[in-house]
Amino acid sequence: MEQKEVLVLEDLLGSNNKIAAEIRAKLTGRGILPINLMSSPGSGKTTLLERLSEHLHPKYKMAVIEGDIETERDAERIRAKGIPAWQITTGGACHLEAKMVGRLFPKIPPDLNFLFIENVGNLVCPASYDLGESIRCLLLSTPEGDDKPKKYPKAFTTADCLVITKSDLVPPLPFNIERAQQEAREMNPSLQHFVTSAVRDTGIDTLAAYLIAQLERIRHPNA
Amino acid sequence: MHELSIIANLFKILEEKSAEKNAVQITAVYLKVGVLSGAVPELLQTSFDMYKKDTLASRAVLHTERVPLKTECEDCQAVTTKDDFIFICSRCGSSRLKTLSGTELLLEKIDMDVE
Repeated sequence: MEQKEVLVLEDLLGSNNKIAAEIRAKLTGRGILPINLMSSPGSGKTTLLERLSEHLHPKYKMAVIEGDIETERDAERIRAKGIPAWQITTGGACHLEAKMVGRLFPKIPPDLNFLFIENVGNLVCPASYDLGESIRCLLLSTPEGDDKPKKYPKAFTTADCLVITKSDLVPPLPFNIERAQQEAREMNPSLQHFVTSAVRDTGIDTLAAYLIAQLERIRHPNA
Repeated sequence: MHELSIIANLFKILEEKSAEKNAVQITAVYLKVGVLSGAVPELLQTSFDMYKKDTLASRAVLHTERVPLKTECEDCQAVTTKDDFIFICSRCGSSRLKTLSGTELLLEKIDMDVE
């Protein structure tokens, strides 16, 4: 018997990243923009999707993959809007992984424009998993406080856009929108910023326009 | 806590490598854990110790090396080790920074006893 040192240098998230890259290539190849929505629980991901559907549907076809630990509740809310939705219940896991999204692949209609993947409510673990998205969209609601970006470095440094939700609650909430955006900008200078209120339907149109522009980019990559 | 899921994946790689090399025992496993990898070394350690029972690595020690965030400015070429997550060049103020290290989560090497 001898002792041996085996050099490996393998990414521990490599198998997830490989599946994610395949998902992204397949979806964008069909002209579908995949969007990963990440936030804390209760920051308004499902409500934002309900509102976005009013701005996108029926001109654009969208579908939603809902990730939760338990229940079909979010998928039911989206279906009530006439939007196809599939629920992934992780049964305890704190994040979605690419293989869970991959399993739903046969169900995804080919003529879709937007595929939203609503991650499990959590700003920590989901940030480490590429799901095959083209756009990683982070939500931060005003009740959570404006000091969050520095507390969740992985999420804020890997996002493409930051949507501040529930802006109608400022005031009375002391959330400083400029402060939160500035802190996030320092961590991620190319981050795109949006401020929305689903209750008042403000800012959702700007976010929809951004997503449509991103869709055009993947449909006409050389334009 | 997604570290258990990461460790489960690590053990898949360990199984492959030990079969490939005819290992009878794994004695040490070395990981590189970037400060921006999203994984916590202490939790990787706990998960590893939980997972290793009844495997070839049951007596293995896990070593985690914390890798700091290092960036290079694309404008002034300054290479900086950052103790914050501010992606602005501390020398020239540019926001065009390239990440050199600190986001990785790597299995670097395995020590094993082979036949």
